[in-house]
Amino acid sequence: MSEELLAVKGLVKHFKRVRAVDGVTFSVAVGETLAIVGESGCGKSTAGRLVLRLIEPTAGEVRFEGEDLLALGSDALRAKRRAMQIIFQDPYGSLNPRMTVGQMLEEPLLLHFLHEKNRNKRVAELLHLVGLAPEHAQRYPHEFSGGQRQRIGIARAIAVEPKLIVCDEPVSALDVSIQAQVINLLQDLQRRLGLAYIFIAHDLAVVRHIATRVAVMYLGKIVEMAGKRELFARPRHPYTRALLAAIPVPEPGAAARRILLEGDVPSAIDPPSGCHFRTRCPYAQARCAAEEPVLEDGVACHFWRDIPAPPQNAVLIRVNERLARLQAAFRN
Amino acid sequence: MLGLAFVVMFILMGLLAPWIAPHDPLATSWSAIRKAPSVAHLFGTDEIGRDVLSRVLWGARASLLAGVVSVCISLALGLPIGLLAGYLGGWTDGLISRATDAMLACPFLILAIALAAFLGPSLTNAMIAIGISATPIFIRLTRAAVLSVKVEDYVEAARAVGNPHLRIVLRHILPNILAPLIVQATLAIAAAVIAEASLSFLGLGQQPPAPSWGSMLNTAKNYIEQAPWMAIWPGASIFLLVLSFNLLGDGLRDALDPRHS
Repeated sequence: MSEELLAVKGLVKHFKRVRAVDGVTFSVAVGETLAIVGESGCGKSTAGRLVLRLIEPTAGEVRFEGEDLLALGSDALRAKRRAMQIIFQDPYGSLNPRMTVGQMLEEPLLLHFLHEKNRNKRVAELLHLVGLAPEHAQRYPHEFSGGQRQRIGIARAIAVEPKLIVCDEPVSALDVSIQAQVINLLQDLQRRLGLAYIFIAHDLAVVRHIATRVAVMYLGKIVEMAGKRELFARPRHPYTRALLAAIPVPEPGAAARRILLEGDVPSAIDPPSGCHFRTRCPYAQARCAAEEPVLEDGVACHFWRDIPAPPQNAVLIRVNERLARLQAAFRN
Repeated sequence: MLGLAFVVMFILMGLLAPWIAPHDPLATSWSAIRKAPSVAHLFGTDEIGRDVLSRVLWGARASLLAGVVSVCISLALGLPIGLLAGYLGGWTDGLISRATDAMLACPFLILAIALAAFLGPSLTNAMIAIGISATPIFIRLTRAAVLSVKVEDYVEAARAVGNPHLRIVLRHILPNILAPLIVQATLAIAAAVIAEASLSFLGLGQQPPAPSWGSMLNTAKNYIEQAPWMAIWPGASIFLLVLSFNLLGDGLRDALDPRHS
């Protein structure tokens, strides 16, 4: 693995009695994309904000380039924000409606004493980087479309030349056609500027496209973490398998092969004992209630080795089967 | 924008009073006591022969001044306190909110009268009394607006970029809460005009012989049957000024609401 940029250990955040993030450990290397996936309320957005200390953690450790972020005073933290930025989900709520785009992009430069001689030039350069025109600097956010606004949000994040950007569902509020453009922009910027992303998402198709590694969260905990290819080809945790099986497949009859989870996500105020997933897990056993599985070798499940392996890449196999039948028919 | 037109008219009336008033508002005349409206005195004369039209024109100054200055006082006090309460939250908010609740428990006018009586009768003191009495409304309004704006993503973005708290409040929160405050301020001016008239009526505002609509009404009440014009004109002026500020406030609310434009 290449050079480590961010190391998070045992991160915990309790909002009064709600255990939003309940002991999460992961790391991000320079220039890679760690995707954090999970359903609504699993704590993935909170985790992203904890890393940036936009929310103060209850417990745990966050090290950025070896430096303990949680030990920083408020002024030191403000200065450190130069290295870590965030892109928001809602392109309509994340831009101050009373500031022009130019003012918005100039502000970070002002705060961190960057490009003091020629801030206007830098603003134009940033707009160019995200595919907007220099004259857009004079306009207000309401004059832009959702996709353009998201580009402005991205420009604001890269203005200070950060090393890490937390992307909090950056495309889930956009049209599918715009999603692709924004994702490509993010990948392009990553290559050009050497950025590392923590990419928070629930859309697995997007994750599959952009991630280097994937962490799957359920009820405040990481249940599985693996390289993208490995995770999509061989999901080990039963929850990951259910998630992957839920990806819609454009094929008649595919819906029948989904793994349906029963019930709802339990309350984070009073999570189940032992394994948080056991109440909905089709393979749960007595041990799951008694003993909490730890994340070992990238998976937090006592019995993942015993669970029957899912058909490998089911869609592809089905397509190949039909192709073979077709070919066989023509041979006769 | 009828409200705006009337407000502008009243402002011009007050400003131009020295030139457009046909008589000296303080000049008495023993030959013209309680005369009905006529060509010489369009609005009639009062109990010591002063021209009512001139006094109404000059009285616009006291009313407008009292309205605007006292609302400026409440804004100057209420805005920073409300920002503090809303942004900091916690026990600061608790303390400020409970004090505001306690002040709001007293009726606005009663509080203003008590304060004015305590400070001593004069127009300046009346404005201070009205300003302080109207402050809790502005504290509460500012606090509520801050609470709704500070959870917006763009405020979090401002923090993420590295803004200090003061700059977040002044640059990112304040501009986004001004619209409701401006509307409330215009409506509060209307209330302050009434309050000034009430205080002057009670002898706690503008001191005689200087003209004020409220004090004119006060003396007019003794002659309501013999000389109704003494009461009608200042009364109608108060009514119109308050109505036009209310209309202006409504108009501003619609104009500043992005969903209407």
